[in-house]
Amino acid sequence: MYIGGKKQKRIALVVFLAPAVISLLVFFLFPIFESLLLSFLAYDPLRPIEDVSFVGLQNYKEYFQYKDMQAQYLHVLYYLVLYIPLILVTSMAQALLLNRIFVGKTLYKVLFYLPVISSWVAVALIWRWLLHGEFGLINIGLRAIGLNGPSWLLSKVWAMPGVVLAAVWKDTGYYALLLLAALKGIEPSYYESARIDGANSTQRFTRITLPLVSPTLFLLVVINVIAGFQVFESIYIMTEGGPAGATRVPVEQIYRNAFTYYKMGYASAIAWVLGFVILIATVIQFRMERRWVSYES
Amino acid sequence: MKVKKTIKQLVFYLFMTFLGLLAIVPFLWMISTSLKVREALYTIPIRWIPLDPSLDAYRAIFNLSNINFFRGLINSFIVSILLTFIPLLTSAMAAFAFAKIEFKGKKLLFTAFLFTMMVPGTITMIPNFITLKTLHLLNTYMALLLPALCNAFAIFFMRQSFIAIHDSYLEAAIIDGASLYRVFITVILPLARPVLFTMGLFNFMGSWNGFLWPLIVLSDRSKWTLQLGLANLGSNFYNYQNYLMAGALISIVPIIIVYVITQKYVEKGLSTGGLKG
Repeated sequence: MYIGGKKQKRIALVVFLAPAVISLLVFFLFPIFESLLLSFLAYDPLRPIEDVSFVGLQNYKEYFQYKDMQAQYLHVLYYLVLYIPLILVTSMAQALLLNRIFVGKTLYKVLFYLPVISSWVAVALIWRWLLHGEFGLINIGLRAIGLNGPSWLLSKVWAMPGVVLAAVWKDTGYYALLLLAALKGIEPSYYESARIDGANSTQRFTRITLPLVSPTLFLLVVINVIAGFQVFESIYIMTEGGPAGATRVPVEQIYRNAFTYYKMGYASAIAWVLGFVILIATVIQFRMERRWVSYES
Repeated sequence: MKVKKTIKQLVFYLFMTFLGLLAIVPFLWMISTSLKVREALYTIPIRWIPLDPSLDAYRAIFNLSNINFFRGLINSFIVSILLTFIPLLTSAMAAFAFAKIEFKGKKLLFTAFLFTMMVPGTITMIPNFITLKTLHLLNTYMALLLPALCNAFAIFFMRQSFIAIHDSYLEAAIIDGASLYRVFITVILPLARPVLFTMGLFNFMGSWNGFLWPLIVLSDRSKWTLQLGLANLGSNFYNYQNYLMAGALISIVPIIIVYVITQKYVEKGLSTGGLKG
């Protein structure tokens, strides 16, 4: 719409769009090319500009020969394999419960959302203490029911599950609200006619609810795989990559190389490899989408 | 039949309460720990209410020699207010242009914004550091603000709700002689209040809780936000759980207050696409 002077309109457009567009160009579009270029350079921001040199594929070669590279991707996969199924189950369960009509719903919604709004730094510190081997609440609780909890963050095997527990606790409320919106979009008449046909509640869930929210579940998996490959803050505070490097992940490697060792060319190469891996993972998921996601026609 | 229904309801509430407890017990544990003296931390069984509650931990973290926690708190407030309102305005302005003004290349530009959501932050973070260093903006809050001016998610979300505002409102104002700026301020913004609250909350959350980017661009301790101070506390006082929990609590309270105030609007903003009424 909009009627009015052409010149006035042009000036207004510039005023409305300029801040966002300038930021878009300077901090999002241009950096993609700069980053790609950097990945072929040896660049240390603390040294004079003359010291920058073109090294071709050297950074990539160095990274692929780096002995811990595989291990770091395996750590990420370990994280994803635990996190994705857990978050799907917990957020779906919470969404199903919140989809019912009951007194005090707002209170529960607020409670479930408190972990979501808290910062990762605070949550990581709380969970570091909850997962304390001897005096942490989790293990005290496990002991009360006769189980001997592991020393979590100090154990090479259990450190990552510890991080995942914290992440699931923090994220469930957020994804539950996304799923809740999807549940609310389902026609009540589907359930009514299923009931008339004699479908029990399990059948109604697997035949109606699951297929109809599967697009949202798919979205949730895609988003979380992308985010999971870039997991950093939780690990940085909870384990600092430990114990003995058992929770080191690619982003931590990028951060350390870029901002501790100032090897920004090398760090950019790692970032591009990570970006490429994420792209592949996403493409594979869209390929498999047809197999389990159903869209209403 | 009625008894069965009551039992079902009871089980439901018990289950919900159990889940609610799962969500808040870690917070209660944090509060409880923050009120303990160091000796009381490592005792079994747990005392949820400390034998002699003390504010020692709070006093201690505000009097550290190497981390100025109070300064961090003030810095975080400044940063969060700037990074809530300024990007909110610039995103709303861009969203308005995309929703209500026709211009050449609109589709392409909008796609460019959406595209940014797909680029991993790890790829742009190194060039952005170099850009800000070249502009001598490291250790200033501009380093946090400038990249935040382009918020594709907010622009997309607000555009959706601005589109839903009927053109007749705008036409009426324009026939009365209002300029586009006036239309934006007096027609669009008031009608879109819920979506502004929603995006405002998200902006506040993002800036109050932000960690990695501030860690990269703010190396000067006097500029540190609360999260940076808290993370540093976490590695320097690894086993002073009472200090850490006091710090965590202080960092969480402001965001809870903002959330509770805006919660009502946010629910509406998310569900109705953000239109008033």
